Amino acid sequence: MLYFVARRLVSALSVVLVTLIVTFALFFVAPTDPAASICGERNCTTQRYNEIRENLHLDRPKVQQFAEYTAGIFAGRTFETAGVVQECKAPCLGFSFKSDRPVTELLKTRLPVTISLVAGYAVLVLTIGVFVGSMAAKRRGTTGDRVLMSSTLVLSSVPYYIVALMISLYLTILYPILPRGGYTPISDNPAKWFAGLLTPWLVIGVYNCTQYARYSRGSMVETLSEDYIRTARAKGLSDRVVTYKHALRSGLIPVITIFGLDIAGSLAGAIFTERIFDLPGLGNLVLESLQNYDLPVIMGTVLVASVILVAMNFLVDIAYSIIDPRVRLS
Amino acid sequence: MAGTVPTEGRNPAIATRERRESTVTPSGETPYLVVEDLTVKFPTADGVVSAVNGLSYAVPLGRTLAIVGESGSGKSVSSMAVMGLHDRKRTQITGSIQIGGDEMVGLSEHDLMKVRGDAVAMVFQDPQSSLHPLYTVGNQISEAYRVHHKVSKEVAKKRALEMLDLVGIPNPLRRFKQYPHEFSGGMRQRAMIAMGLVNDPKLVIADEPTTALDVTVQAQILDLLNNLQKEFGSAIVLITHDLGVVAEMADDVLVMYAGRCVEYGTAEDVLARPRMPYTWGLLESIPTVSAANERLRPIKGLPPSLLSLPSGCSFNPRCPYKDRVKGERCTTDLPGLLPVDGAGAHTSRCHLHDKASIYEAEVAPRLG
Repeated sequence: MLYFVARRLVSALSVVLVTLIVTFALFFVAPTDPAASICGERNCTTQRYNEIRENLHLDRPKVQQFAEYTAGIFAGRTFETAGVVQECKAPCLGFSFKSDRPVTELLKTRLPVTISLVAGYAVLVLTIGVFVGSMAAKRRGTTGDRVLMSSTLVLSSVPYYIVALMISLYLTILYPILPRGGYTPISDNPAKWFAGLLTPWLVIGVYNCTQYARYSRGSMVETLSEDYIRTARAKGLSDRVVTYKHALRSGLIPVITIFGLDIAGSLAGAIFTERIFDLPGLGNLVLESLQNYDLPVIMGTVLVASVILVAMNFLVDIAYSIIDPRVRLS
Repeated sequence: MAGTVPTEGRNPAIATRERRESTVTPSGETPYLVVEDLTVKFPTADGVVSAVNGLSYAVPLGRTLAIVGESGSGKSVSSMAVMGLHDRKRTQITGSIQIGGDEMVGLSEHDLMKVRGDAVAMVFQDPQSSLHPLYTVGNQISEAYRVHHKVSKEVAKKRALEMLDLVGIPNPLRRFKQYPHEFSGGMRQRAMIAMGLVNDPKLVIADEPTTALDVTVQAQILDLLNNLQKEFGSAIVLITHDLGVVAEMADDVLVMYAGRCVEYGTAEDVLARPRMPYTWGLLESIPTVSAANERLRPIKGLPPSLLSLPSGCSFNPRCPYKDRVKGERCTTDLPGLLPVDGAGAHTSRCHLHDKASIYEAEVAPRLG
């Protein structure tokens, strides 16, 4: 078991490392010039420009820049900007070029927002999505099934950002039926926290329920035709128990894989939702830092995203071994 | 644990009808399960599939009826109909199924649930796929008990352990916590039998219980079923395609072909004095050690499509004795299920006039 964990850990770390390298390389391949961006359009003298470049270590060889960055994650770094020495404790993800704050600090303020959004989203898709899918599976081939599935198809055919924009515009701004999106930390005001997240939850949740409904339906249809479901019915169990106790447990297994990866991706930033509903989360941070060519922030968010993805993969594996005893022995 | 049937869980709402005295089993006893003129049809996009066509039989307590036939003969479909396990929306069932005098056809799902697993239990063919892979064996057996008895988990566990012991699984306490994939094939089937018998059912339907097992284990399982029957006096319907199993266990035999009964009688009658070419074909096709150098003798041809059965006798395209019947009756008239000699309980569905002499003269010598 220990060997298994160690192997997974090593492969996880390599994934993260490769992602970092690729992102770093991409940054320099792209026509970016953070020094120019910071220097500004006007009033930018060559001397100031060079100063900025030097302070940001942009004049050093790229490999060295990468090495300094990675070393900083474990050991911390000191930065010198215009004579001021700033210390960056481990894990040091660098200082934002644009806002001159430690990246870790930025991430810390943004992460709770994204987590709140994704938590609500997870609850919605796992309850409504799976329930709708199971209902459709039980009534496979009937009108009810067809209605459910065609409506999911119709909804998911509309691009997400259009749905989100329309709802935001028509249901929160023009006609305030739903509360406007926005973030208040739960520690400040739980009611406002809930209200600000309600509309984004509904939008991203219901939209993705279509996906989960389809996956669950497919998986449940397969499971419901298994022999052990017939045995359960032969024991005299009610239809409800057969579906939601016996079938769902097996039927959920493929859905969990999808869920794990989906959550990982969402945690890395539900970009559209955050932008449209004005939530200062990771997604918004990524957009801003890309616009500003803010390399440390980009690297920081990429690092966080890949760590989350790898961690979720790992958690999904663990979840399997809990749910499916056949997996445990291998 | 004497073979008493617990009275909790019995449905008082099912009206009791008078038992029909006319349906007597071949051995002459009053039956517990009576199936009369059962027809099971599945409407499909390609047409109506008649899986079972006018099937009638009866089984008394303490006796075993073996239903024999090829794949697609309708044997499993008819037994699933007895338990009401078919999808109501996709199946048309007519006829009568009486268990202990209570009519099952047309019963609501709610009432059927009370009967399933309690008065009637089914033991399925492949225990690997018929047991839930994600729940422990003990959990599944306890669940079967708790469906029909309002008891605590501890009481149900005790009962499950008793059953595991009864079916001969060593170390029941350890096995209780294990999952089906941790059992061997034979033990899994024993566990399935334990699960089926946990509520002392009066009728056990065993659908090919030994097909997925190797021969030595097969013998053990059949012994187990035999012993359990002797101890608890349940009626057993044993579905199989293996005549060896039939010879071991059956009191009565029903041979099915293309959804119809083609021969019905006591095991001795049907195996020693068969009166239908299909049964002859089945007996002839059994490989024997003594005839090691001879070719196998299968029944030529394939079972008919249930979407379009041949006119007349369903077996006629494959029957080697068809020409001995005058006027090509086999292709035009469906034979009735009639007594083979005068008024006995042994019946067969065949137009041949001199079945006994043909059998003695031509078939019996070949059987060795």
